[in-house]
Amino acid sequence: MMTKSHVIAVLVNDQPGVLQRVSGLFGRRGFNIESITVGQSEEQGLSRMVIVTQGDDTTLEQIEKQLYKLIDVIKVVNLSANPMVSRELALIKVKAEPAERPEIMGVVETFRAAVVDIGSGSMVVQVIGDTEKIDAMIELLRPYGIRELSRTGVTAMPRG
Amino acid sequence: MSAQMPAMRSTEQLREKWMKPEVITGSEILLRSLLLEGVECVFGYPGGAVLYIYDAMYGFDDFHHLLTRHEQGAIHAADGYARASGKVGVCIATSGPGATNTVTGIATAYMDSVPLVVITGNVATSLIGTDAFQEADITGITMPITKHSYLVRDAADLPRVIHEAFHIANSGRKGPVLIDIPKDVSAQKVTFEPAQSVDLRGYHPTVVPNRLQLDKLVAAVSKAERPVILAGGGVIYSGGHESLYEFVNRSGIPVTTTLLGLGSFPSGHDLWMGMPGMHGTYTANQAIQQADLLICIGARFDDRVTGRLDGFAPYAKIVHIDIDPAEIGKNVKTDIPIVGDVKTVLDMLNPVVGYSSKADAWRAQIISWKQEKPYKYIDSEEDGLKPQWVIELLNDTTQGEAIVTTDVGQHQMWTAQYYKFNHPRSFITSGGLGTMGFGFPAAIGAQMAHPDRLVISINGDGGMQMCAQELAICAINKIPVKIVVINNQVLGMVRQWQELIYDNRYSHIDLAGSPDFVKLAEAYGVKGLRASSKEEAEQAWQEALDTDGPVLVEFVVRKEENVYPMVPQGSTIDQMLMGDCE
Repeated sequence: MMTKSHVIAVLVNDQPGVLQRVSGLFGRRGFNIESITVGQSEEQGLSRMVIVTQGDDTTLEQIEKQLYKLIDVIKVVNLSANPMVSRELALIKVKAEPAERPEIMGVVETFRAAVVDIGSGSMVVQVIGDTEKIDAMIELLRPYGIRELSRTGVTAMPRG
Repeated sequence: MSAQMPAMRSTEQLREKWMKPEVITGSEILLRSLLLEGVECVFGYPGGAVLYIYDAMYGFDDFHHLLTRHEQGAIHAADGYARASGKVGVCIATSGPGATNTVTGIATAYMDSVPLVVITGNVATSLIGTDAFQEADITGITMPITKHSYLVRDAADLPRVIHEAFHIANSGRKGPVLIDIPKDVSAQKVTFEPAQSVDLRGYHPTVVPNRLQLDKLVAAVSKAERPVILAGGGVIYSGGHESLYEFVNRSGIPVTTTLLGLGSFPSGHDLWMGMPGMHGTYTANQAIQQADLLICIGARFDDRVTGRLDGFAPYAKIVHIDIDPAEIGKNVKTDIPIVGDVKTVLDMLNPVVGYSSKADAWRAQIISWKQEKPYKYIDSEEDGLKPQWVIELLNDTTQGEAIVTTDVGQHQMWTAQYYKFNHPRSFITSGGLGTMGFGFPAAIGAQMAHPDRLVISINGDGGMQMCAQELAICAINKIPVKIVVINNQVLGMVRQWQELIYDNRYSHIDLAGSPDFVKLAEAYGVKGLRASSKEEAEQAWQEALDTDGPVLVEFVVRKEENVYPMVPQGSTIDQMLMGDCE
């Protein structure tokens, strides 16, 4: 069966250890995690995790069912099955001598990204978008020399 | 049953006394909450982090506490108690090594869906995370092998946590729940307010199945020419054995019961085919492989049952009835999934299911297979007592009415093959995890649950040495378990694989140096008997049955005996080595 990327939203009780329960489940059952983000949800006491995982349909079904077995999991939604909005944020520290800065700024502006810090020989670029956009931004900045890269992983929700 | 066994109190009588709201310690809250859950017996071992809890138990006799000699004994005993009674088994251990000693037992219960509440002490909350003396992250360690767990940081949470723990452990797909209580929490004084209800948003097991799926099953039964029921432990755990009996009688479908399903269906019934899988009957395995409809009820297609998965039940439409949706489609592709409580499902099916009228030839085929290829061994005394004969002796002398626990290995399979179970909760064995050292302490727990029934603990000479220290609690409490040691002086199942699959390369299986089991029993004050021939065996066993109190009987048997039939790993289940069954 076809292996593809899935985005799953998991609504969980905001309890100590809940991240360990979820990530441990993925680990011991051999499910892959490409990224995982956790934060508050619209309801106090509940957090929402957004997990990007790879697998065929059978694996995805097992992931959903196994997640539901955790007492602290309230709801599991396969976001990628329907239209969704997904966003990721990346901070990219790129080597930037004063002479190179205008050129880099040009790239940044084209991507509607932002420069959030400038040092003596480098700049920090903040880019927000879907994973493809961030990948493209990174590739464009790579020739200048990326000193440090930090990505949040994907967060997402259904459209409409 | 001897007088030393504790008298059980009526929960109702004492309820009023326990419910009083007072300012008490976390430890007292724990005890009261356990009583309110109906706990009559706990198995435990004290230590530094549970000193307050044990202090609260000083002079306390509203439930019985059995002091084992190892935490592993305590957890297996709690497991045996739960499997025999259907109630939640309770075990108490201290922090660090006390808690980690329960890990094997927790995993055992988890694999076989046994409801346990495991209470561990921990270091004080201020010391957690500092590598304090006897500190272990037991909630972290047991996360993959518990249904749920709690680390309690405020004694006021204890009534709710304990109530939830019992609810989670004994509902849905049952399993162990761990409650970790730091020492300061067990000393903390708060007003006791008993928990009134459970409110768990993320936990609503599906009990009642989807009607449409049931209709599909009923239609499939009416069309089937070669239908088979594969029934597992879920039938017993849901209390669905009578419903299964009715379903089989109404539908006329032959039934095979897994290792954990033994006892869910009477073994004398014409349509019972025995156990399937690696050491199952010819009939059950052939029937599954030729079936056009396989109805799996409360079983999970374990690899020991299915053999090679891609060749399992190749012609069958698969129906899977289970309370755990994650089991459906996990190993075997399912055509008709039915999520629900087994008893509820069967009770809804029974009024509507018809007789499988196209399966007459099939039923005749099953009956002739049963006659042609039963379990068989060469019954001779030439080279020593045969272990299969010993199990038959136990069966014949107890008419299959005893509660039997086993350890793990050859004796476990021979018991499954030759002891004819007729009642649910009468066969207690570690099926999923295959835990050696389980059988004997589990028998102690089973006996505590059923003080008046005959409990037989069947062990090998290997496993008997893994929890032998619990002879002490049998002796001191006069717990009248009949302990059987099938002694072949070798790790028999490993020897069998090394003979058949590893080319007779017998690597580290010789148990020379084992104790004299009769003397070992006597050292603890338990009567010990030994038999090496049929005549001695009959005498010794009768003496054991006639003895009031615990007895250990060692049967010295032939080393080279193998369990047959056997499906080698990686083969489909119809590719059986028949051995002596030929």
